[in-house]
Amino acid sequence: MLVLEHISKSFDGKPVLTDVGLVVPKGATRALIGSSGSGKTTLLRITLRLIVPDQGSVRINDQPLSAFGPEAWADQIGYVPQDGGLFPHLTAEQNVTLVPRLRGWPPHQLRARITQLLQLVALEAELLRRFPHELSGGQKQRIAIMRAAMMDPAVMLLDEPMAALDPLIRSTLQQDLRAIFQRLGKTVLIVTHDLGEAVFLAEEVTLLHAGKVLQTGSYRDLLLAPADPFVTSFINAQRTLPDVAQLR
Amino acid sequence: MKPLACLSLVCLALLSSTAMAAVVVGSKIFTEGYVLGELAAQTIESAKPPVAVVRKLGMGSTGILFQALNSGAIDVYSDYTGTLAEAILKNPNLKSVTEIRAALLKTGIVISAPLGFDNTYALAVREDFAQRNGLRTISDLIRLRDSLRTGFSYEFMDRQDGYPGLAQRYRLGLDPAHVNRMEHSLTYQAIAQGAVDVIDVYSTDAKIREFKLRVLTDNLGYFPSYQAVWVARAAFVAQHPAQWQALRGWENHLSQSTMQDLNAQVDLDKRSVAQVISGFRGTSATTDTIAAQIGRRTLEHLWLVGVSLAFSLLVGVPLGIVAARRPRAGQIILTFSAITQTVPSLALLCFLIPVFGVGTKPALAALCLYSLLPVVLNTFTGLRSIDPKHVENARAFGLTPRQILVRIELPLASSALLTGIRTATIVSIGTATLAALVGAGGYGVPIVSGLSLNDVPTILTGAIPAALMAWAAHLGFNALGRVVIPAGLRAT
Repeated sequence: MLVLEHISKSFDGKPVLTDVGLVVPKGATRALIGSSGSGKTTLLRITLRLIVPDQGSVRINDQPLSAFGPEAWADQIGYVPQDGGLFPHLTAEQNVTLVPRLRGWPPHQLRARITQLLQLVALEAELLRRFPHELSGGQKQRIAIMRAAMMDPAVMLLDEPMAALDPLIRSTLQQDLRAIFQRLGKTVLIVTHDLGEAVFLAEEVTLLHAGKVLQTGSYRDLLLAPADPFVTSFINAQRTLPDVAQLR
Repeated sequence: MKPLACLSLVCLALLSSTAMAAVVVGSKIFTEGYVLGELAAQTIESAKPPVAVVRKLGMGSTGILFQALNSGAIDVYSDYTGTLAEAILKNPNLKSVTEIRAALLKTGIVISAPLGFDNTYALAVREDFAQRNGLRTISDLIRLRDSLRTGFSYEFMDRQDGYPGLAQRYRLGLDPAHVNRMEHSLTYQAIAQGAVDVIDVYSTDAKIREFKLRVLTDNLGYFPSYQAVWVARAAFVAQHPAQWQALRGWENHLSQSTMQDLNAQVDLDKRSVAQVISGFRGTSATTDTIAAQIGRRTLEHLWLVGVSLAFSLLVGVPLGIVAARRPRAGQIILTFSAITQTVPSLALLCFLIPVFGVGTKPALAALCLYSLLPVVLNTFTGLRSIDPKHVENARAFGLTPRQILVRIELPLASSALLTGIRTATIVSIGTATLAALVGAGGYGVPIVSGLSLNDVPTILTGAIPAALMAWAAHLGFNALGRVVIPAGLRAT
């Protein structure tokens, strides 16, 4: 379970987050959605312990962030940066094994975990020898998910996982991601600006706007019982293709 | 980064350059200086008991040699009474050898009796120019003061007993725009081609005859007496009395014409100084082969470059890291390294002589300062140009600042870093040739002596190996790049 409580943060006196609360139950997948400037990146960085909130607390499975050392906290959160964020000077395998090697994992443990995760993300072992620039966008994302899952974290955190992918690959990966999350059984938080993706991957979405949580709920809740007029305009702003009737 | 490879190169250079206790002979940077320096070296070598001799010939002018003598970097060299009184003792009223000897002894310096010839400054014009204008004495030049063009050596222009005093005594009043300063060995070419009308010469110069010059009479008796003497450290005289006695054997044995002849054999006949002196002493020349000389200079040069390279790695890389991390300290570091780079290398060497004395130390200090900027700047830019998201991601994965530096930042900046080290190395291979001017050896020795003797083949024995070393360094760094720069970065 990932719990963010009463989080507030200002930069130069300008509030970016105001009393934000977010609970992702154990094993659930939640999407954090909002347009750019909504404060979702700041909330992500607070969760990753890259910045300290002015107020509020972050907890994983009822243990506060302050109970962990920086390394232990990082190992609790499997982070998939935008576009995968693979280090260009390391091979896919070196990227995946970077942190476990620093933690002193023996080779047989590394091999066993890699074999397990290759199956999960449906990749050929041969790809591990390649450098990031030799991988496709979808392959990079899968390697990044392997890297995030290596330490068997309690929570997976994905930042705009599909932003740089073309629509066909995006659709395939979305379906795979849903399967991966189900098989991993982990608590997952996906940060995205795409409502369609959020609704496809997560049971519930949290809509962040101007540093405040406007509403948390299923797509149905947001559509039928909007907590704020902005919720409706956010939904309406998602461009959909005209259907056949409209074209005739 | 794998600095180990570079460090082992430096260690190799360190081991191969061993210090030895030997008598060090210095000399001034003109033909007669080399001739007398070689004469001193061979004389000491053949005296009993035997002692090893290191030749540091062509180190520079009086100031540098005297500094070297005082610091113990050299043991003996030849100078002239007038120069010692004027440039060292700053007292032109000391005329006799006895007075000068007494004054120098107080500073721990011993001089011999005069060797027998007087090499005074003189002014010379072309014979045809003298006839056309009816020139016999220096006073005759006053008639031509508005059009006369001079080609005076740097030392002559700067010494109180040189041009400044001369112009005052003779009330020459030459047009300053026509008073040219140039390297002494080039003034003969300049006057032969009619580019200048009057030059300063030494009265024993062999070239006076070769270029058909007329020496103008010093009708007011301005130029002091310049009798050649050996100048030595008192400690050397005490430790090697037999060697000092052997040197004193030349007292009153070198006449004006003997000296002119020896100079002519080097300047006009293009014979090596060692051969000329061996012939004069009636012994066979026992000089190193060219290959042995180049080998020794290669080690000296590698030592200079290797140490400055190690310094630039050990100091420049951390400074570059600090500069990239802390903007305010970075400003100071980058400004300091940029300023050291703008100081002309010769000037920097001169500034460092009072601090480090003469020899390898000031040369190393100068090279270290020069190699700093490329390394600091490239480390700085390399680190600054890394996409900040990589560093932030590494932090999110729980890497410590040290792990981020070693595993993420330095590898990502390795290409820029290597370029900086490559630039520093190639610049110091070139700049190290100037180290010969302060007696640090290396490929600069034949270049400097070749320049002052106007001897192109000798210049090439220094210039070609230096160019080859720079080329080898270039190839070496290309190979190193394939090892050090991660493959994932090279392909993109």
